[in-house]
Amino acid sequence: MTTQTHESTASEISNYLCIGCPMGCRLEVEENEAKEIVEVRGFSCRRGEQYAKQEHTEPQRMVTTTVAINNGLWARLPVRTTAAIPKDKTIELCQKLRSLRLQAPIDRGDIVLPNVFDTGVDVVASRSMKTADETTSSRNG
Amino acid sequence: MITAETQHLKPEYDVVVVGGGPAGMAAALGAKEMGADRVLIVDREKEAGGILLQCIHPGFGLQHFKEELTGPEYAQRFLEKVLETEVDLATDTYVLDIDKDKRVKLMSSDRGVEIVSAKAVVLAMGARERTRGAIRTPGSRPSGVLTAGLAQKFVNMLGYLPGKRAVILGSGDIGLIMARRLTLEGLEVAGVFEIMPHANGLNRNIVQCLHDYNIPLHLSTTVVEIHGSDRLEKVTVAPVDETFTPDMSRSWDIPCDTLLLSIGLIPENELSRQLNLRIDPVTRGPIVRSTMESSMDGVFVCGNVVHIHDLVDFVSQEALLAGRNAGLYATQQQPPEDNIRLVPGENVAYCVPHTISSDREHTVYMRVRKPLEASVLNLGEVYEKKLRYVFPAEMVNLKVRPRFLHEFHGDTLKVDIVPTAS
Repeated sequence: MTTQTHESTASEISNYLCIGCPMGCRLEVEENEAKEIVEVRGFSCRRGEQYAKQEHTEPQRMVTTTVAINNGLWARLPVRTTAAIPKDKTIELCQKLRSLRLQAPIDRGDIVLPNVFDTGVDVVASRSMKTADETTSSRNG
Repeated sequence: MITAETQHLKPEYDVVVVGGGPAGMAAALGAKEMGADRVLIVDREKEAGGILLQCIHPGFGLQHFKEELTGPEYAQRFLEKVLETEVDLATDTYVLDIDKDKRVKLMSSDRGVEIVSAKAVVLAMGARERTRGAIRTPGSRPSGVLTAGLAQKFVNMLGYLPGKRAVILGSGDIGLIMARRLTLEGLEVAGVFEIMPHANGLNRNIVQCLHDYNIPLHLSTTVVEIHGSDRLEKVTVAPVDETFTPDMSRSWDIPCDTLLLSIGLIPENELSRQLNLRIDPVTRGPIVRSTMESSMDGVFVCGNVVHIHDLVDFVSQEALLAGRNAGLYATQQQPPEDNIRLVPGENVAYCVPHTISSDREHTVYMRVRKPLEASVLNLGEVYEKKLRYVFPAEMVNLKVRPRFLHEFHGDTLKVDIVPTAS
């Protein structure tokens, strides 16, 4: 992200692009000399304001990826974190999930990996998945 | 559960919906809502949900459900409703043909060829990806060159990684999302290349898919040659000028085994063409009335068949309208005919629907040709709306209310999106 410094006011303005929704509001966070946020501008909703503050202090991301699943309708099960986790943990989490192999059937919301990095955030299934056999038999029966 | 196929189809339906993606599912619900009793969704995949099932990232549903969902979650919510409302669902089934009397010919490995008749038909087949042929990239024809959406299905559903080091051509949302997906699955993404001077995807995706992982985005730059005999070995990229002519003196090579193409979608209209529906040359989808009815009575269209949407929420909204009107048609309660034609004017590539009626409210979707900062949308001389900024990649929508048209007695309205007079 681009950061521009205004020497004259001794405050620093950082620009962010909101990722809260597809509107993509252009956000500005103004900091004083003591590195405290004095003003947030450019948001169109409360979530945007919170995002700007969070992004400025400790950026976080929701993580979505897939996990291998045996005997499912498809070979991969989509999963998601139940809340955002620190941005710099994203790759590490995906590496961890790559070593897992689940077993169908599974329900949406089932916990795939609990309490990642002690954040209290779980990784859960973002869809239900029947077994491949079950689907075939229901179709023929 | 997400799959519940119908074993025996009825010989006659009020509404047959072709395609079980987000558009098809919303259309079926809309038809039911308006009193259509027998509704069938036909889908060629082994479960309904469409492309949403491979879009495992969040960002769906903020408008429709007021919360952020992943694609599979959004699909599952609709499918649960579809099954609750007793819509018949034929999966693993192709629609081969629809004739003038709305007899729909289906084919599946379980049931063979069947013909069902429909009072109204909704076409919701979605879109196809543009391929290498569409942009005529020179070079050899090795494996490892594939469309971004196909790669998405390989990675997210089928469990195949396309390679080890990828280059992405095109900065559409699917390309940006795939840059992140490949990175998270352990591939190296060497860069995203965009021939236009501006990115094509949503800004949020540039931030969270590229910036977050330090993936470079090269604007006004394109792939000019593909190298490799069996497998892709490298691509040559070069900057382009305003006429999109590459400057070969500044070209460079990038070693890679995978090239993903994210170069746009084309409405899937094979069935529409068989039915001789009138097609808009700009959207490449059927011309629609405000009811989402095509040029053929009783044939309704919705979703990416009509024009490429950037949000599934808008697809659901449009498809619900198409489905409701299909339901009304099937039960013979159609609304009055449209009386005003919308004409895309300055900096407006297209408007959907193509006609509106002055007696009720409409949502009109449009796309601009050029990005503008502060701008104003003029609906003829009857209404103007200030817009903060507009991009070709972001659809503009306008609620047209009957009160705008009280004083208007013409039959065409030109729509312009122009810079605010300073």
